Amino acid sequence: MSQHPNPESCETCPMHNTANLSKLGLDMGDWDYVIALAGNPNTGKSTVFNALTGLRQHTGNWPGKTVTRAEGGFEFGDKRYKIVDLPGTYSLLATSLDEEIARDFILFGQPDVTVVVVDATRLERNLNLVLQVLEITDRVVVCLNLIDEAQRHGLKVDERRLARDLGVPVVPTVARSNGGINNLLQTISDVATGKTVCNPRRFKNEPAELKQALQILIEQLDEAFPGLPNARWVALRLLDGDERIIEAVRKGELGDLAGQASPTPAINPDLKLEVSS
Amino acid sequence: MKPSAQTTPNDILATAQALRWEVGKDFHEKLMESLYTNANQIADRAVTRPGEKPRFDLDRTIDRVVTSPRWGFLLMILLFTLVFWITISLANVPSRWISILLIDTIYPALNAAASSIGFPWWLQGILIDGVYLATAWVVSVMLPPMAIFFPLFTLLEDFGYLPRVAFNLDNAFKKVGAHGKQSLSMMMGFGCNAAGMISTRIIDSPRERMIAMITNNFALCNGRWPTQILIATIFIGALVPTYLAGFVAAMAVVGIALLGVLLTFALSWYLSRTSLKGEVSSFSLELPPYRPPRILHTIYTSLIDRTIFVLWRAIVFAAPAGAVIWLVANVQIGDQSIAEYLINFLNPLGILIGLNGVILVAYIIAIPANEIVIPTVLMLTVLMAGLTGVGEGAGVMFEADLASTKAILVAGGWTLLTAVNLMLFSLVHNPCSTTLYTMYKETGSRKWTALAAMIPLVMGFAITFIVAQVWRLISG
Repeated sequence: MSQHPNPESCETCPMHNTANLSKLGLDMGDWDYVIALAGNPNTGKSTVFNALTGLRQHTGNWPGKTVTRAEGGFEFGDKRYKIVDLPGTYSLLATSLDEEIARDFILFGQPDVTVVVVDATRLERNLNLVLQVLEITDRVVVCLNLIDEAQRHGLKVDERRLARDLGVPVVPTVARSNGGINNLLQTISDVATGKTVCNPRRFKNEPAELKQALQILIEQLDEAFPGLPNARWVALRLLDGDERIIEAVRKGELGDLAGQASPTPAINPDLKLEVSS
Repeated sequence: MKPSAQTTPNDILATAQALRWEVGKDFHEKLMESLYTNANQIADRAVTRPGEKPRFDLDRTIDRVVTSPRWGFLLMILLFTLVFWITISLANVPSRWISILLIDTIYPALNAAASSIGFPWWLQGILIDGVYLATAWVVSVMLPPMAIFFPLFTLLEDFGYLPRVAFNLDNAFKKVGAHGKQSLSMMMGFGCNAAGMISTRIIDSPRERMIAMITNNFALCNGRWPTQILIATIFIGALVPTYLAGFVAAMAVVGIALLGVLLTFALSWYLSRTSLKGEVSSFSLELPPYRPPRILHTIYTSLIDRTIFVLWRAIVFAAPAGAVIWLVANVQIGDQSIAEYLINFLNPLGILIGLNGVILVAYIIAIPANEIVIPTVLMLTVLMAGLTGVGEGAGVMFEADLASTKAILVAGGWTLLTAVNLMLFSLVHNPCSTTLYTMYKETGSRKWTALAAMIPLVMGFAITFIVAQVWRLISG
């Protein structure tokens, strides 16, 4: 990843990804950060959305082809956050339109933070999505919702362990009664401002022949689009024959992403850093 | 950004097309499978189901204890006390063997050989009474504690305990306005302050990095551990019955190390509120998994990397220092040797702060390396006390097991106060010249490097002065 002389100036500059966002139909008027809200259906994503936006919410509905993307905003600290509620999906493989909308927004919109709402009672299924989001972007906050329900079922979720295994902050919430929302706001702001640096654990247990193919592709991608933040994921999608990504490579849209890759602060390889919850 | 000329998007697509055949049709399924496996594993580790006992996780259980707010700190003190106690109780025996070999046997043999060849007296003095004895002394005093302490310390490090110590301290550093990562550079400083200076590179903010550099000196380094251990053993340990001596001496060393940590906090707090004001950056520290240390491997590498390295450095500095000591003790100006002149000059100041002129001269000679403070003190003490029958003349270092070391120091006017203040001064004084040079190279700032030398020196004089005055007031 390219070293930027002053990492903070880019991350905190409101202009840093407005171009792509407006292409996606987002008015970035006077917002400082963009937050994407992703999650499986029925995880209480909309409740989290409403809890975050509170009374200041001014929701606009976009008539998509079949699904809608809700949008709202909130202020925290002295910053203004625009929050985009993505369609609820189980994966980001873009086999359906809602998955494609969600994925395109996270990939091309480059939100400052992607909040993935997960259902604490169905952690395993929900983590599939989290792991896929983590392949595309580092800047993720996991909102562990419905912990009250999990407790009623006698389930205990160790969020510290989860945060350590995923490498991103995990915030337990009971969005229905606003439980943990302040903590969630703080964590979002910490990730947005770069105070918390995420270091997602990426799994590389692929078979040998795939590993080799990936390596060749990643090398070429790095050469053509230096600084591309998620070359491995793009390579996987290309091998999988993902039309949208093939098009993005052909048209050079990926180049735009590469140019704006959010710089990662230098991390001493000896000292593994990650976030705790 | 345009795609570069060498690889066009179409090249990539062609490559992908070709590779798609190689990776096979079931690649997509395999990928999904591994995704599910990973999700499954992570969920499994995080979730405890009803009726099921919490999955026993050794790491988590150990972490709960060693990083607990109540036990973490206590355990830390106990563990370090144990390490020093083992070091102190085991080091004495090999120390004696080495000194019998190097000083009782080889030293007279060398002298005899030199006389028979017909060396001029001054050359024999510089080489054998100066260079050889200083080096032999450093080896016999430093090698045994180092050979025991460093492997133990490295074992703790390899096991994964040191990051937990950093974790326990991380919050405190944030509270005093410093960077949490300073706990890591401090840990490095406990090995070597010059290495500590370099390790502050992990701190991004220049303000917080400067605080970490200036306070790194309060982490007792390799060169100073042996001094602390030796003085604690012969003066503090001697205050209590024999069976408690090792433990009490170890506690004294731990106490000094903790005082260093406290001073680090205090100075960080002060600096972050005065000349180095600014916002605290936050970070989080990952606790790496515990690993069973590979004991033999660890002992081997810590002996090679640390013990031999530090010992070599000590020898490199001790050998010329030995020559210098012999010269200042033997070159006369008027009716006094240079050493006597210097010591008499510094003695009033030394006495005022509960030390003496000999110790201050030793600290000047030892600016390049803290390792040679004690050998220099002993040698100069012999000279000043005019002890006869121990050394063979002015500026000669001699055999010193613990009992005779103490006898010499007491004869040189040492009291318990001198010992305590020497331990304090050894903790709080200017960093060695290597450390300062490293800091200058890292920061490029003469001003801050000078401050990093002066601040602890002034603090050292202040602390020893206050202790001496209070001590004298109480003991009448």
